[in-house]
Amino acid sequence: MNKSLGATGLILNEPLLWERGKKGRCGFSMPERDVDSFPLDGDILGEGPDFPDLSEVEVIRHYTRLSQWNFGVDTGMYPLGSCTMKYNPKVNERHAALPGFASAHPLLPPVLSQGILELMFELEKYLAEITGMDAVTLQPAAGAHGELTGMLLIYAYHKKMGSLRSKIIVPDTAHGTNPASAALCGFRPVPVKSNEKGVLSPEAIREVMDEETAGIMITNPNTLGLFEENIREIAEIVHAKGGIVYGDGANMNAVMGIVDMGKIGFDIMHLNLHKTFSTPHGGGGPGSGPVCVKSHIEPFLPAPRVIEKKGKFFLSDEFPESIGKVHTFYGNFGVMVKAYSYIRTMGPSLKRASQLAVLNANYIKETLKGTYDLPYDRPCMHECVFSDRLQEPHKVTTLDIAKRLMDYGFHPPTIYFPLVVHGAIMIEPTETESKEDIDRFVEALKAIAKEAAENRELLLKAPHNCRVTRLDETTAARKPCLTG
Amino acid sequence: MKEIGELVIPGDARYAEDHEWARLEGEDVRIGINDYAQDQLGDIVFVELPQVGDTFEKGEEFGTVESVKAVSELYMPLGGEIVAVNEDLEDAPELVNQEPYEGGWMILVKPSDQAEWDDLMTKNAYLDLLKGE
Repeated sequence: MNKSLGATGLILNEPLLWERGKKGRCGFSMPERDVDSFPLDGDILGEGPDFPDLSEVEVIRHYTRLSQWNFGVDTGMYPLGSCTMKYNPKVNERHAALPGFASAHPLLPPVLSQGILELMFELEKYLAEITGMDAVTLQPAAGAHGELTGMLLIYAYHKKMGSLRSKIIVPDTAHGTNPASAALCGFRPVPVKSNEKGVLSPEAIREVMDEETAGIMITNPNTLGLFEENIREIAEIVHAKGGIVYGDGANMNAVMGIVDMGKIGFDIMHLNLHKTFSTPHGGGGPGSGPVCVKSHIEPFLPAPRVIEKKGKFFLSDEFPESIGKVHTFYGNFGVMVKAYSYIRTMGPSLKRASQLAVLNANYIKETLKGTYDLPYDRPCMHECVFSDRLQEPHKVTTLDIAKRLMDYGFHPPTIYFPLVVHGAIMIEPTETESKEDIDRFVEALKAIAKEAAENRELLLKAPHNCRVTRLDETTAARKPCLTG
Repeated sequence: MKEIGELVIPGDARYAEDHEWARLEGEDVRIGINDYAQDQLGDIVFVELPQVGDTFEKGEEFGTVESVKAVSELYMPLGGEIVAVNEDLEDAPELVNQEPYEGGWMILVKPSDQAEWDDLMTKNAYLDLLKGE
């Protein structure tokens, strides 16, 4: 193997801002007061806020040092399964920062926000086209918020049909947020096991689907990275009993331009713009989880909605059956601009992105098969799932492997999920990694497997090169310290 | 992770497929998770238990156990009413790892159907199940 990516280097410690600075220090010049001072009633004053007094250079060094403790997709490969940590092209940032977008106030009248409304209107159309659905809301702020919105839509639909239903089917290969979203909306999640091939069998759904069941939440491709090949038959079973099929589209990156989600039977689905459409996620940045629906669900979509009249765009609340707002104003607009920019810059190549994402995942699956246990040995989609079974004789676990990977300069993949695989290691390389980088990643995992057999201590104490080495996660969880 | 031979599986308890143990105490049955389960889960950081007076059927979820790896459901080895829960686990969930059959017990149940006790596995039947896994 070539020289490892991971190396040690000088990383600087940095105290809290409150431990820096000195009373009276100031980072900028206040404009001179040009009105007379006026004494305020002491009762309404109270104590001033506890802000540290800092110079500009102290603030800059503080945040620059903190940023150097971090690892992000701009630093290196971040193969977090089911999270699609693809690279975020900088052209998207440039477009979102255009003053007309970045400085717009959400209370501007439509006449002064035509470009913004048009972008939202067009983005809805693009997402409908990509998914094969009929209408879209851009309001939800993230995937799980989209799921909750979807559940509210299902409730509204059944209420309109005069049938109140209490259950939602959720397979064991769905995202963990699915049952939580269903429960939050007052439905009872009914778990269903996937079959020996890692997908749902129509028989399993036929057994539980009844007239009390509002629908099914199905993640496709699922969290094993496998395409739910029986989806059309499953959708027919659910529809035949009056149920709604909800698709979790968090794994859409595998099938853009390839699978028509409307045709395979989805009535409602959400997308994660911060996954599939290359907008940043993690670190507390805003996300976006648009919900796409077929026409029979459209009347219930959140309002206000962007409408077009004679080439002009407006926000309309004239949707009497709408479930109402699910976000302040119209959602996280800055994220929408970045996704719009991505779709327009990629154009028909979106399909190529999905093809390469699938190719990369299968390449990793084939090159690591044998080194690591592959519980479902069949072609995968955007991600592949290994386990630590072959390392078990050395008493080395998935956690140790993931920690050691940091020393090689890679962010660990998703671990211990999905729950259907014991000691799961779930790798999603995405389309944005080059073959050289993927080969380096594969070599690192092979080297770690060798270390596990020959020098397990190295893994048990890993990471060694990071600013913070092995954390005591147990004490952190049992006795959390919630202050600085 | 322990080998099957290293596991402590007491002969005076019965076992369920989901790796709970159950022990007769007069009319009631004390329930927890066994050595295999705690070993597989790893360090347990939180245990969520039902209220005294709740009733559950056999196989129903009565609580959850959270380890550093994941949250797992706890299932009733037999149906009945909860007559006591182990409140010590709130501050010391590590008891489940340290002494799963003693201080790490979870619930005490008044069974609704004695026949369900007879369906539970003996030590040897349970060990056979593990060897088959």
